Amino acid sequence: MKTQMSKQKVFISGDEAVALGVRLARPHVISAYPITPQTIVVERLSEMVEDGSLKARYIHVESEHSAMSAAMGASAVGARAFTATSSQGLLYMAEGMHYASGGRMPIVMMNANRSLALPWSIFGDHRDSLSMLDSGWIQVYVEDAQEALDMTIQAFRIAEDAAVLTPFMINLDGFILTHTYEIVDIPDQSKVDSFLPVFKTPNKMSLEKPKSMGFSTSPADNMEFKYQQHKAMLDAKDIIHSVDKEFGKTFGRSYGGMIDSYNCEDADYVLVTAGSVTGTARIAVDNLRSRGIKAGLVKLRYLRPFPDEEVRAAAGDVKAIGVLDKDISFGYEGTIFTNVNSALAHLSIRPVSINFIAGLGGRDISIKDIEGIYHDLEEAVTVGKDKSFAKVRYVNMGVEIDG
Amino acid sequence: MLKPEIKNYVTPKHIRDYPTGPSFEAGHLVSINAGWRTFKPVVDINVCTGCYQCYLLCPDGAISKTDNKKIEFDYSFCKGCGVCAHECSFNAISMVKEELTK
Repeated sequence: MKTQMSKQKVFISGDEAVALGVRLARPHVISAYPITPQTIVVERLSEMVEDGSLKARYIHVESEHSAMSAAMGASAVGARAFTATSSQGLLYMAEGMHYASGGRMPIVMMNANRSLALPWSIFGDHRDSLSMLDSGWIQVYVEDAQEALDMTIQAFRIAEDAAVLTPFMINLDGFILTHTYEIVDIPDQSKVDSFLPVFKTPNKMSLEKPKSMGFSTSPADNMEFKYQQHKAMLDAKDIIHSVDKEFGKTFGRSYGGMIDSYNCEDADYVLVTAGSVTGTARIAVDNLRSRGIKAGLVKLRYLRPFPDEEVRAAAGDVKAIGVLDKDISFGYEGTIFTNVNSALAHLSIRPVSINFIAGLGGRDISIKDIEGIYHDLEEAVTVGKDKSFAKVRYVNMGVEIDG
Repeated sequence: MLKPEIKNYVTPKHIRDYPTGPSFEAGHLVSINAGWRTFKPVVDINVCTGCYQCYLLCPDGAISKTDNKKIEFDYSFCKGCGVCAHECSFNAISMVKEELTK
């Protein structure tokens, strides 16, 4: 990059960090269609292919559906494939996403989290990726550009593991991460090469060993293949932990595996977050701690597989848990809240849990908003579990609402 | 003539007995597959010129070449679609109604 500061540290955006991570991972094929706010990822990658610094085939496709299809074709001949998208583009890939996970094709995709139309909006929330939670893709949510780059490298390693063979989606909050600039440490190519071995898969078309790929099944066998897919996703948890540890040893940065908890050890009130808002919440926790409030924070890194045991271990015995959702599953509540509550349901004594819907369509979530969330949690505990309180709350609504 | 053989199907006992994802070696046939045929193609080998147009066009690969440079049908896999009879330039193939046999 032009803005190089030292040999390894550069000042780049989240999108550029992903592109550099992809180059280090040496994919054979990139097939992608540009969409705001992902565009810079695929622009940089096409430039790298053009200038020869990335020896890959860049396939210009006419749509996201074709991008996913081409990535599957590449994966089917044993190639390492990457794609990237956002929002409406992700939904246009939906059919292929189930196909890729069912076919056990470890494609890696970057998704720039952006709201879904209508109303049309290019700004961020998590409604795009959360609506694809059941597509059989591993989903990680990163907090900053460094984590975006590091997870791009880890993603291929985890997805391609023989016990996993499951596609992997790296989520970056649109604009907040994709378009803001940070100092990012770039790992050595030689270290990445030894960390990330050449992709090998049992599911490969070849002339030497012809295969019938993607066959159909009768009801006699279909369920077994679906169970197998589920089992591989559950088994991915161990691989996620070991890969994160090995990454830490090799590159000096690790992220805690499935979750990252902050000040949870003695916490009374814990907020559960995903993605970039975690950085804001860390500051809110520090502020509250300085005022004597025992605030803690759980950053959900992975939403699939879901860190149920990790959530129970980190926050099972607190007084109250808040779950921040940049999402509503219309007619119920935030999807992350539903998932966290189902993890807590296994406890005999459960903390109070409240859902905070925030940041839809790119609405800002400030430190003050998050401090307010902790005050709400405190109040709910003071009011008492038996008294009724609003289970789902809307942060920073611009108008009054009934009920 | 290289024809696929019917292999013995071993019913999986453990989830490990399944392949990883729905992919397996090509040509692994475990049963004949022609049950829904109502008309079957029959070739008049005196009219057949061995042009192999039908051989190339059969969607199921159920036609093979014989030593005397004619063709024969594999009725274990022919679905009776009639493409061969339709495409034969010499009208050497006719579609004959299957008899109901038990």
